[in-house]
Amino acid sequence: MTTGDPSSTCGARVSAAGRGVGDPSVTTGDPSSTCGARVSAAGRGVGDPSVTTGTDTPDPDGRGGSVLRAGSRLAGPQGWAPSALERERAAYRKRRSVRSLTVSALSTAVVAAVLVVLVTSAPGWPAVRHAYFSWDKAVASFPAVLDGLWLNIRIMAVCGVIIAVLGLLIAVGRTLRGPVAFPVRVLCTGYVDLFRGLPLLLVLLLLGYGMPALRLTGVPNSPLFWGGMALVLSYSAYVAEVFRAGIESVHPSQRAAARSLGLTYGKTLRHVVLPQAVRRVVPPLMNDLVSLQKDSGLVSILGVVDAIRAAQIETAIDFNYTPYVVAGLLFICLTIPMARLTDWVARRQGFQGAGGHL
Amino acid sequence: MTLLSVRHVRKSFGAHVVLEDLTMSVEAGQCVVLIGPSGSGKSTILRCLNLLEQVDDGQIVLSGDDITDPRVNADAVRARIGMVFQAYNLFPHMSVLDNVTLAPRRVHGIPAAQAREKAMAMLERVGLADKARARPDDLSGGQQQRVAIARALVNGPELMLLDEVTSALDPELVGEVLDLLVELKSEGMTMVLNTHEMGFAREVADTVCFLHDGRVHESGAPAQVLGDPVQPRTREFLRRVHG
Repeated sequence: MTTGDPSSTCGARVSAAGRGVGDPSVTTGDPSSTCGARVSAAGRGVGDPSVTTGTDTPDPDGRGGSVLRAGSRLAGPQGWAPSALERERAAYRKRRSVRSLTVSALSTAVVAAVLVVLVTSAPGWPAVRHAYFSWDKAVASFPAVLDGLWLNIRIMAVCGVIIAVLGLLIAVGRTLRGPVAFPVRVLCTGYVDLFRGLPLLLVLLLLGYGMPALRLTGVPNSPLFWGGMALVLSYSAYVAEVFRAGIESVHPSQRAAARSLGLTYGKTLRHVVLPQAVRRVVPPLMNDLVSLQKDSGLVSILGVVDAIRAAQIETAIDFNYTPYVVAGLLFICLTIPMARLTDWVARRQGFQGAGGHL
Repeated sequence: MTLLSVRHVRKSFGAHVVLEDLTMSVEAGQCVVLIGPSGSGKSTILRCLNLLEQVDDGQIVLSGDDITDPRVNADAVRARIGMVFQAYNLFPHMSVLDNVTLAPRRVHGIPAAQAREKAMAMLERVGLADKARARPDDLSGGQQQRVAIARALVNGPELMLLDEVTSALDPELVGEVLDLLVELKSEGMTMVLNTHEMGFAREVADTVCFLHDGRVHESGAPAQVLGDPVQPRTREFLRRVHG
């Protein structure tokens, strides 16, 4: 194995050949590769003192690289400079992406312009703009709507926690085995069937108007309480099913391994099954959380002053609908970060083997 | 002393009878290797021994206790037996160390610090102390299987059951696992294992049992069963294995 052949003039990094170890014609620095030939070698060149010698001059003309392309492919990341072929391919890819970017930017601009022209030149546009996009009305209604939104956020946070706990308990209840757990299974299955089937709006009306009207002692009559209760009942049924899917996705061999160590059914669930199940369902759960964030606005039908109700009050003054648009934009501003966070969590958990660049 | 005695065990899955009438016994400190064609019930008997499957009939007696008695606490029995699986079955959400300390802490009630100490000693023993903080997915198959062996050994089992522990491994990783088992055997661990590695069976086994259609067709010293089998079915099987 040779290094730095004196005849290879400029800083040739000669390393051992991946495939041509021991082949003198390969390992010697080819005198004809005049400049910066990065001839690499010996698998990854680990432990080969000859590899570390030589300077790190990049190959300016690419001729050197082609001498031993097979070798340089196998070289470690530090010893790699793209070959002429690879650089040509990279240039081609870049041309292609610049072109498609230009085309997409142009077409987007054209479509947007056409839409703007079409909408603003429509006969009813001034009336629409006044009713939905009045800047003055937006500014005037903003504080009240924002105040209402704060209530939505609090409903979402409190109900979200209760839903997660209740949903997990129901899911575990549904997966319990053995005759002893039969009543629990039936109860949990019945609960899920009932509240997944009932429209949320119906539950809201039943509880929100019905319960306070009964004037039962010891039962709260705040519409906010019953609105939250309706959200919890409906959503925990959905969330329980998500958790159950997660529990059932854990391979039976994991249970077998845990049981073989002497862990009881309960300890296996607690230490082996649930941690894996919960991790797997975090992305779909966050999707449900985004949904809950929006549905928290449904409590407005009970007269609770949330963002939607606040907007409604503002519109009632002059039949200008801009406050609804303001509330809508605020909800979107809430959900977008949540959606990006969901994407990020899902990606972070993403299964590495998912097809590389395909 | 007979540590394990299997008497006329039958096990079926639906209409499919896997173990017909299986009888065998294992002396303390012995290594019994089960061989036989796939579907002959090698894995099923190991799962029955660990009560992961319930037998239809027959008896399994471990150190004098009939573990097939329904009044027996299955978790307590499993805690006395170490089992290693073909696909390692490590817990992917835990570090290597936590995999090994799980049973000492949660089954045997050993305090965390002491369990960690025991587990580290066991990982040292299988040559993986430097991987204690790693996740199982970051290890090679051979390393994962060695962790699985450590996880089973740390509880000080009376008996080790090893189910095709090298079949999922790349050929060059088989050796590190088999070496460990040879070492275990020399330390006097009682083992029942099934394998397709006939060379290993010859090296480590005190008794080789040839299973076919849910029965032990032939058993004896490895030199006899593998070298000069009496039963035509055994001969047929060995001819196929050796190509």
